Amino acid sequence: MKEENREKGYDFHEASRTETMTINMGPSHPATHGTVKFFLTLDGETIEDIDVEIGYLHRAFEKECEAQKWNGVFPYTDRLDYTASVLNNVGYAMAAEKLIGIEVPERCQYLRTMISEMARMSGHYTNVGAGALELGALTAFIYFIEARELLWDLIESVCGARLTHNYVRIGGLTNDLPDGFRENVKRVFAKNRKLWDDFDIMLTKNRIFLDRMRDTGGISQKDAIAWGFTGPCLRATGVPYDVRRAQPYLVYDRMNFDIPVGTTGDNFDRYLVRMEEIKQSMSIVEQCLAQMPEGPINVDDARWRMPSKDDSSTRMEPLIFHFKQVIEGPSIPVGEAYQAVEGANGELGYYLVSNGGGKPWKCRVRPPSFALTSALPLLVKGSLLADLIPTFDMINLIGGECDR
Amino acid sequence: METVIALIKNPMVIEFIVTMVKIGFIFGLTIGFFAPMLAWVERKQSAVMQDRVGANRAGVFGFTVIGLLHSLADAIKLIFKEDFIPRGAERGLHTLAPALAVIPALVVFAVIPFGGQYTLWGLDVNLVIADLDVGLLYVFAISSLATYGVVIAGWSSNNNWSLLGGLRASAQMFSYEVTMGLTVIGLIMYYQSLSLVDIVAKQENFWHWGIIWHFPAFVLFLACAVAENKRVPFDAPEAESELVAGYFTEYSGMKFVMFWTAEFIEMVSISGMCVALFLGGHHIPFLTQKFLLTALGDIFGPDWGGVVVMLIGVGVFITKLVILLVLQMTIRWTMPRFRYDQIMKLGWKMILPLSLCWIFLVGVGILTGVMPTP
Repeated sequence: MKEENREKGYDFHEASRTETMTINMGPSHPATHGTVKFFLTLDGETIEDIDVEIGYLHRAFEKECEAQKWNGVFPYTDRLDYTASVLNNVGYAMAAEKLIGIEVPERCQYLRTMISEMARMSGHYTNVGAGALELGALTAFIYFIEARELLWDLIESVCGARLTHNYVRIGGLTNDLPDGFRENVKRVFAKNRKLWDDFDIMLTKNRIFLDRMRDTGGISQKDAIAWGFTGPCLRATGVPYDVRRAQPYLVYDRMNFDIPVGTTGDNFDRYLVRMEEIKQSMSIVEQCLAQMPEGPINVDDARWRMPSKDDSSTRMEPLIFHFKQVIEGPSIPVGEAYQAVEGANGELGYYLVSNGGGKPWKCRVRPPSFALTSALPLLVKGSLLADLIPTFDMINLIGGECDR
Repeated sequence: METVIALIKNPMVIEFIVTMVKIGFIFGLTIGFFAPMLAWVERKQSAVMQDRVGANRAGVFGFTVIGLLHSLADAIKLIFKEDFIPRGAERGLHTLAPALAVIPALVVFAVIPFGGQYTLWGLDVNLVIADLDVGLLYVFAISSLATYGVVIAGWSSNNNWSLLGGLRASAQMFSYEVTMGLTVIGLIMYYQSLSLVDIVAKQENFWHWGIIWHFPAFVLFLACAVAENKRVPFDAPEAESELVAGYFTEYSGMKFVMFWTAEFIEMVSISGMCVALFLGGHHIPFLTQKFLLTALGDIFGPDWGGVVVMLIGVGVFITKLVILLVLQMTIRWTMPRFRYDQIMKLGWKMILPLSLCWIFLVGVGILTGVMPTP
């Protein structure tokens, strides 16, 4: 048959031959916004192959830490997961404290827990809201941005910054709660709950949103564990692994909260897990405020926590420690420590090595989104180009954290 | 002098002048009024829905006029923008494409009646530019030409994203034209006419409005209309998070504006169609034109009364148009976007069979007399 056709001058095979199209998605693309590049091979609109190129936000974080004194690293950690920056502060401070072997006062632990949960809420608001935005639901996005702005007002009243908080120090915090904070929390959370409900009504049962999210970007439990998934993406597959429960730190063992898990591990489950975690975080913040004792927020040890300005300008010994801290940095004992906290995206681990000097000898970060991003080809190969968008968003690659 | 008067009294010349006035009115309404106003409505309505203050920056001497000057500021800005044609693009087709997108959207309005028929000073005035017997077919024929503009824009830009956008747009527009055509078959059977002027005239009685007997067809038609205009939730061809800007990625300045204008004017003309087919055109419920003419004729005299009724008719038509436009805007700012294959599935597997079912039901209804035809 084929031969006959060829004699007649037809070649159906040749006439119906299709080619794949290679296309660069990013770094300047609305969905990748400068942080990543996908090199796609498309067959029609089906993704045949995808090559994820990260590193556009690489700032040599780990190397830069080695040039800073122990406390000088904090502003750098802010820029890891910049949607939830206090969480990074807390992780680093706890790793350093583990190295020294000190424990911060109880009030400080409560404050750290509280502000961590606020940061987690902010991270989830950004992620879920941006996910809606990239599917075209701009209004829903703005609702969550409003909720986030209100939350940032609270955080600003505590530490003076909205995005990069730089709130935590080794052995304590920069400052205590301001006056009237509790009332503000009550007001803001009431509004946040309302916005959460509005968002939920707009999207969770919206057929279009369901169709876009359900059965896209799914991963099995086994694969998720093998690829090193943590955080909401792992929990969406049904594994109830949460660092806050598995290796409780700060005062999480005293908190009453649920760990939401999904069943299928697809984008919709990731979305639902994050939505529920926002509510759980709100409840944790309220529990923290209810249980929080009075007391100091810093360790009373001038070797680790810099003395206050009042002390150092009126007394001799604090002045010496102040000088030593500024010029040499705290001389943290020789050793190594790993401390993980539950970041907005998953297990955020700090591995610190000290050689006794005033600077970290090595500061290694385990970024959750690096592991998640490495599995992206597995999640989207064979699906449509349009599915890459919700999947990439629910993976939540934060360039600052992934590239460091 | 006498020859001039004779010329003016020549019926053909009068008809020519009247037609030109009508064309001018429609051009002014669509390009001059609705296109900039919709750009403003899109900004302001989204701001209201999203708890924002919204467009309030552009102003003259501190007067912002609730953001209305933004459209003007946009126009001035875009006129002075560089007209950029990317290297490797088909220059001719790249320039032609925006025009091909705008013209069909404008020309469709020719057959949409916007105010009824009147006799003023012995002159028959029919407020439609072209009273075609096959007006409905003309609308579908012309609006399918708009696909060319989009496809050519996508292909000639020499950009893969544009190409993908153009392909998506062509598939979507072709599919939804078929479906949209089928949704109005029931109406054609009901009104026994393809002329939009006839259809509107038959809706004088409120109980004969399309939306009363053909509500399912109205919903399906509106869904197809939004899809045909490529607006959210059907904006896959220009999905900014997927295809950058789809088929008009490589357009700048006034050419870019032409695509936007085309989109807005398509919205207006398809809403005009919707008003003419389903919402009774210029008719006010329970108020016949005859009643208005006698009532107002007593006050203003027969001719000036006719003028007032005509103005009321046009006003009613525009009001209905605006209601539909606001509805479409509300949909646009509420919904996320479909995936491309889901759009196809919705069109071919859901709306098409449903409209076929509706045609069957209307046929049964008319034959058995359940559905009394006007």
